[in-house]
Amino acid sequence: MKEAVQIGGTASAGPDLQDLLVQVARGDQDAFSRVYDQVCGPVLGLVRSVLRDPAQSEEVAQEVLLEVWRSAARFQPSRGSGMTWVLTLAHRRAVDRVRSAQASSDREQRAALLDRTPAYDEVTEQVEASLEREQVRRCLRTLTELQRQSVNMAYYQGLAYREVAELLSVPLGTVKTRLRDGLIRLRDCLGVNA
Amino acid sequence: MTIADLHTLTGAYALHALAPQERAEFERHLEACEPCALEVRELAATAARLGGAVAVMPPPALKEQVLRRIATERQEPPRTTPQSRTGGGAARARLLSRFALAACLAGAVGFGGIAVWQHQEARDARQRAEASQQHSQELATVLAAPDAKVVTGELTDGGTGTVVVSRSRDKAAFIASGMPKPPSGKVYELWYNDGGTMRAAGLMDPTTSSPSTLMEGSVKGASGMGITVEPAGGSKQPTSDPLALMDFPSA
Repeated sequence: MKEAVQIGGTASAGPDLQDLLVQVARGDQDAFSRVYDQVCGPVLGLVRSVLRDPAQSEEVAQEVLLEVWRSAARFQPSRGSGMTWVLTLAHRRAVDRVRSAQASSDREQRAALLDRTPAYDEVTEQVEASLEREQVRRCLRTLTELQRQSVNMAYYQGLAYREVAELLSVPLGTVKTRLRDGLIRLRDCLGVNA
Repeated sequence: MTIADLHTLTGAYALHALAPQERAEFERHLEACEPCALEVRELAATAARLGGAVAVMPPPALKEQVLRRIATERQEPPRTTPQSRTGGGAARARLLSRFALAACLAGAVGFGGIAVWQHQEARDARQRAEASQQHSQELATVLAAPDAKVVTGELTDGGTGTVVVSRSRDKAAFIASGMPKPPSGKVYELWYNDGGTMRAAGLMDPTTSSPSTLMEGSVKGASGMGITVEPAGGSKQPTSDPLALMDFPSA
């Protein structure tokens, strides 16, 4: 594995992402360029983990970044960090793309999608380790097997919880509580504040 | 869907794992439940950290394309509705969130009480209100416990049961959803499971419309709970097959 390269994420230097987004909301293209530098790596990585297809992933990542530009005025710092806002948009878009593909595709394609194995380990093998990645990885290990599988499938593969339940052969209610319990455990381990 | 069901959806919601209809229903609930909204914000921030952990190096050409596109893209105006308040320290906010959640649920129980009042004589109403209030408070204590854990299971009669257990309070509560009324002359009885031996934990009150029952007695070393149909008045030991056996989440 290659040496650590910090890409975006929490260790990024320079002006705060929140302040930059406020400037972007006022139409500042230079500020947007700096926002891009901070968020594009995480956005593309996340979208790629859900969609897999590199060309589609770039297309959706572009849509996400355009949405950041268009709706920067909607960003409310009181509701969470800039990175959370951007990555929530990114995840939502990637998941929407998967679901609309599912809606229009035949059952075989759908089955192929459900057949995919959890993405996390694969992704982490491909990319360089960073402190952030190590910390997330360490915290994921504190989850129970079922919590980790459920969170991985829902987040990194963009599966609906009903699909997760089907794949893991557990009741719907169990998946709901595992997703919540798993995220709560991660939240506490990572020391996340709202 | 019950309030407890809705609240357990915070995780699935933060992960965009709900079906559109459930999502809409949950969003309506979020507007009314500030603690749920706080939990969603925390869990969304947690999910974002998972996203940050899979960052890749984007191709350089992508930046040029995006910058070219934004130059001709109109921005949306800001929303003019007032922004929500910001909380104090996260730990305090979280504690507050738990208490407020308990209050939300207690409120829901209170509504159940109101529905019952309308079919009762006035003198019963006061007693019932007091009992309901006390029930709500005790229930709130369990739900507000920092170590409260929730587990949901299907019942053999088609309903769904949710158990909230707090080891620190040594108490547990059972919340039923979609359970039919017990057959005439029968009641639902709750049990603690002490390693295979069932210990009586009270009856579900068939006269109240509240879906939640505080289980009688202490959790102690119980590994789970069960629910059975028993003759009116309850039994000392289960006399029928359980509708459900649920394990408590490990601490």
